[in-house]
Amino acid sequence: MIQQLIFYPLIVQMLLAIVLMFVWSRIGWQRVISIVGSVLNLGVAVWLFISVWQNGTQAVQAGNWEAPFGITFVADTFAATLVLLTAIAGLAVSSFSAGSVISPRLKFGFFPIFHFLLLGLNGAFLTGDIFNLYVWFEIIIITSFVLLTIGGEKAQLEGAVKYFTLNVLASIVFLTAIAVLYGLTGSLNMADLASKVAAVENRTLVQVNALLFLVGFGIKSALFPLYFWLPASYHTPPSAVSAIFGGLLTKVGVYALIRVFTLIFEVDPFLENVLLAIAVLTLFSGAVGAIVQNNIRKIFSYLVICHIGYMIAGLGMMTEAAIAGAIFYIIHDIMVKTNLFMVSGVIYKIKANHNIKKLGDFYADHPKLSLLFAIPLFSLVGIPPLSGFWPKLSLISEGWNTENFAVIAAILFASFITLFVIVKLWGEVFWKTGAKLPEVRNFPYFNKLSKFRKTQMLAPIIFLAFVTLYLGFGAGNIQSLAERIAFELMDNQEYINTVLRK
Amino acid sequence: MKTLILRTASNYMLPLLLVFSVFILLRGHYLPGGGFVGGLIASIAFVLHAFANGLGDTRKLLKFHPGFLMPAGLSVAFLSGISPIIFTGEPLMTGIWYPDSLPIVGNLGSALFFDIGVYLVVLGVTLTIIFSISESA
Amino acid sequence: MEVLLAIIVGTLYAAGIYMILRRSLVKLIIGIILLGNGANLLIFLLGRIAKGAPPIIPGDSKVFLEAYSDPLPQALILTAIVISFGLQSFAIVLVKRAHKVVKTDDLDEMNATDEYS
Repeated sequence: MIQQLIFYPLIVQMLLAIVLMFVWSRIGWQRVISIVGSVLNLGVAVWLFISVWQNGTQAVQAGNWEAPFGITFVADTFAATLVLLTAIAGLAVSSFSAGSVISPRLKFGFFPIFHFLLLGLNGAFLTGDIFNLYVWFEIIIITSFVLLTIGGEKAQLEGAVKYFTLNVLASIVFLTAIAVLYGLTGSLNMADLASKVAAVENRTLVQVNALLFLVGFGIKSALFPLYFWLPASYHTPPSAVSAIFGGLLTKVGVYALIRVFTLIFEVDPFLENVLLAIAVLTLFSGAVGAIVQNNIRKIFSYLVICHIGYMIAGLGMMTEAAIAGAIFYIIHDIMVKTNLFMVSGVIYKIKANHNIKKLGDFYADHPKLSLLFAIPLFSLVGIPPLSGFWPKLSLISEGWNTENFAVIAAILFASFITLFVIVKLWGEVFWKTGAKLPEVRNFPYFNKLSKFRKTQMLAPIIFLAFVTLYLGFGAGNIQSLAERIAFELMDNQEYINTVLRK
Repeated sequence: MKTLILRTASNYMLPLLLVFSVFILLRGHYLPGGGFVGGLIASIAFVLHAFANGLGDTRKLLKFHPGFLMPAGLSVAFLSGISPIIFTGEPLMTGIWYPDSLPIVGNLGSALFFDIGVYLVVLGVTLTIIFSISESA
Repeated sequence: MEVLLAIIVGTLYAAGIYMILRRSLVKLIIGIILLGNGANLLIFLLGRIAKGAPPIIPGDSKVFLEAYSDPLPQALILTAIVISFGLQSFAIVLVKRAHKVVKTDDLDEMNATDEYS
């Protein structure tokens, strides 16, 4: 039973979702089951991570069909780390949504669908089959549509139409790319594809295919010319939903990009330049977008786009140290962005407003909360020794080594703009003496909630803040983890041998 | 659409189509068919009944909310999927087969239960979608 | 056969993209359906169209005795069809709700979430 450890994150989430579906209308039970189950899932994820850390890459063939004929599930250090991060973020958001999402919304099956979303994320990280990856992506987007539209407000539906169109378009591009890949090689197993794609004679078609994958995953991870669905939709659903979306959904796209371009396709100079140019433009446009916005969640949405640029820059430089920087940034970004959207949710619950021009006085009214919220905000900026600093440092030094000065300039520019935006947000929301906001009738204000609900909302923020602090102060450990992942990605023989049992 | 001919026909078609859907479900392992197609045929049976007699009658006939079939089917499929992990220690979804062949059903194995789960899920999903679309029209 | 299918796939993609670029919500969904069908046919086409027996090796031999057709593309298409079935039914419900709430099916008027505030 121990060999099947890889399946356990999937089994736990599936079981949770099924159990939650049976108690569809009992909200109280759902809250308890979801939180307890998420703790269980965290335990399983830690177990998987430790096992992979000690024994190296593991692979299991679903249905006992030998690779490359069956579907393989693989856990290398990269996948195990992301499953662990998903479990941490999932636990935090599960507790936060138990406290913050109003019960009419929970009655539409919020929790079962939330756990199906986590199931899709775990599956996408663990699968070793490109078509299976497509299936997990579809599970992710179907569940995210439902989470996005629960409640059915006007803004939510409009955002959902845009989100739906572009994400389904991305899936179709991805499916087309898979079709071409299957036609070229006759295989779908990613480890098997690694050698088969290299042997294809029609290099032009391989390059076109690589670009099809880039466009498909690029829409999902909100790269430069393809990101417009993100700021149109991420600020519309409840903050708990925004938190899981902002933290994890775009990172699945980045994960798929890194996996595909380190394992299946080799990155030639042309593709490298494309990736670097996209990274620079993503950093630039995300940062500029964040400056002009006034809605807190829209600011964070643009920062999500902006910071995807760091990861793509790391991938584009294609050296081991640069990829290690990108991995570190992914780890940092998942934790911080999840936390920031939850912070915006608490601010909204207290003030009933999202507009930073109208908010104010937060520090005077809630000094302790403000100090707590400062941790994720300034980790995002990357003030040393907080966690955002270290990956940027290694990305910049690697940019210097590979003489990509435009990338360094863009990284510095985006960092300064992030600093500017966060300082502006801090000044407007926390320090400014704002006008008194009108009382909104029937709004579930934070102060009116029971103490238990308040704890459910604040505990995950504190928890993630501690994780972020650990990422900053224990940066040595995270850096060695990121370096090991980068080494495994660049030297993919271990992955291939484990899957194909050579 | 409450014509006499359709209403009378649908009363006979409903059991016939349901039996046909089970037949399709059972032959699915080696021949064209299976849980998904069977589930669609079964849901068409109910949709036809709803067209002829109105949604209220079909709901009364079903006696429970079709949404309940989703978790029920999912758990059947889920249990058959993880049974090899529990019983034989083989990976997820490995087929476990009962050695002797049964009449009508054919070979009995965990794949059949997985298909039954799919059948129930498809039936539940389709009916829920169609009922909720036509209700709010 | 291949040429005919290639033309059909191209037409489906072109028609799908044309429909997505229309401003009406319903045409948007029709466009997505056409694109999905185009992708499915593309898998079918690229999986090599061959007429043959099912790929089952008889019990008394070790290799395939006659020409066989690849079953995998059909499995992939079936999966993709099931997924697009779910997506499309969701899309239809979404469009219905959106039309009821926003009171227009013109995509150009659905810009509340992009407005600067």
